[in-house]
Amino acid sequence: MNVPTNLKYAKSHEWARQEADGLITVGISDHAQEALGDIVFIELPQVGARLAAGAECAVVESVKAASDIYAPVSGEVVAVNQAAADSPESVNGDAYGVWLFKIKPSEAATAELDALLDAEAYAKVAESE
Amino acid sequence: MGKHTPLFDTHALAGARLANFAGWDMPIHYGSQLEEHHKVRRDAGMFDVSHMLGVDLTGPEARPYLSRLLANDVAKLTLPGKALYSCLLREDGGIIDDLIVNFFNEQHYRIVVNAGSAEKDLAWMEKQAADFDIDITPRHDLAMIAVQGPHSRAKVWLAYPGTRMVSESLPPFFTACDGDWLISRTGYTGEDGFELAVPAAQAADIWAQLQAAGVSPCGLGCRDTLRLEAGMNLYGQDMDETMTPLESGLAWTVALEGDRDFIGKNALLTQKPTRQLIGLLLLTPGVLRSRQTVQTTHGEGEITSGSFSPTLSQGIALARLPKVVMAGETVEVDIRGKLHKARVVKPPFVRNGKILVS
Repeated sequence: MNVPTNLKYAKSHEWARQEADGLITVGISDHAQEALGDIVFIELPQVGARLAAGAECAVVESVKAASDIYAPVSGEVVAVNQAAADSPESVNGDAYGVWLFKIKPSEAATAELDALLDAEAYAKVAESE
Repeated sequence: MGKHTPLFDTHALAGARLANFAGWDMPIHYGSQLEEHHKVRRDAGMFDVSHMLGVDLTGPEARPYLSRLLANDVAKLTLPGKALYSCLLREDGGIIDDLIVNFFNEQHYRIVVNAGSAEKDLAWMEKQAADFDIDITPRHDLAMIAVQGPHSRAKVWLAYPGTRMVSESLPPFFTACDGDWLISRTGYTGEDGFELAVPAAQAADIWAQLQAAGVSPCGLGCRDTLRLEAGMNLYGQDMDETMTPLESGLAWTVALEGDRDFIGKNALLTQKPTRQLIGLLLLTPGVLRSRQTVQTTHGEGEITSGSFSPTLSQGIALARLPKVVMAGETVEVDIRGKLHKARVVKPPFVRNGKILVS
């Protein structure tokens, strides 16, 4: 299973990465894209939306199913990856390269980020499914 | 663990993603459902459909029995080999199952029914057989492989040159016998092709031979998007025992004329359907899903089968809407609380590789 060790993960299969500029980049795990199958539609959050940690904020749909995407940490959406929405299948090809949105973290986000799973713990969650 | 077809090990070895379908562990895809879909539309793909059940009807009263049992009229079966699509109805007109009946001779027919309904179908058929001199024999000894796509027949002949003689001039919706094989020019994809019914022990070898001839293994995932594009109903989803054929886009399969007395006829003669099954084309990006609510100017309806059409790159659906809604009208579908515009269209969406709606 492809689970990079430099990322943090939510049990609901999002990955999160804190960038040098402080923003949190969010995408879905390789396990998630594999389980969904061919992705054909992505609904991204609105730039400017304020999200609570765990809030439903986007949808990834494959031919077979729709999957809600939850905010791994709280904060404000400051960027969305329109290229991913224009080519949803690109997430199947590179789940860790094709991000979905970036969050400017709230004050609570540092603790929320720490509380996410590391690669080892996430791999166990994914394997148990 | 579910039931296994004779091809289960073949699918597992090929790395298929397996899932339970109507009690059977079946391949959903072998890597990409979209690629498999396009293979069938553009070239040739094959499906293991051995979970469906063949049932032989034999005996001197086979024809009168079927004439009573089925909503479509077996009198249309005039030539040996001809196949007929029909609903199996309750007395109140509710659909027990949809099926294909093959006519071999006056004393021998074969019905093919859906996996999920096979047991109740058999029980119903046995019950109705009490007054007829017939035998009902489920054929659990068979495997069925559907080879579908514009190049599928040529690839079957490449793999098995001996079948060409009996099947080259076979018209659509006819079946030929070749030794212990049945070759039917039927399918559930909207493309040309054959459905093969063969002894279970030969199935794995035939699958390998067809693959070597260039036929791509396909899972039930794309079978669903192909049949939806082709505007074909799925039993249990687009229709069930609470619906009649007249509310399910299947009036054309019911032979109401004449004095033939079939089960469910009286109910259908008096029914004034208020609903219809019709197609939807989503006019915004996205995917339609079953159970989504449809708002029309004539009241609400509901999507029964929805998906993303790989051929149209657009959300499509079959929906049960008020009868007065016409093709061409714009309606709204509730997707996660937001209304999205969709155009009402008459299915099929795609046939023989060509898009038929816009």
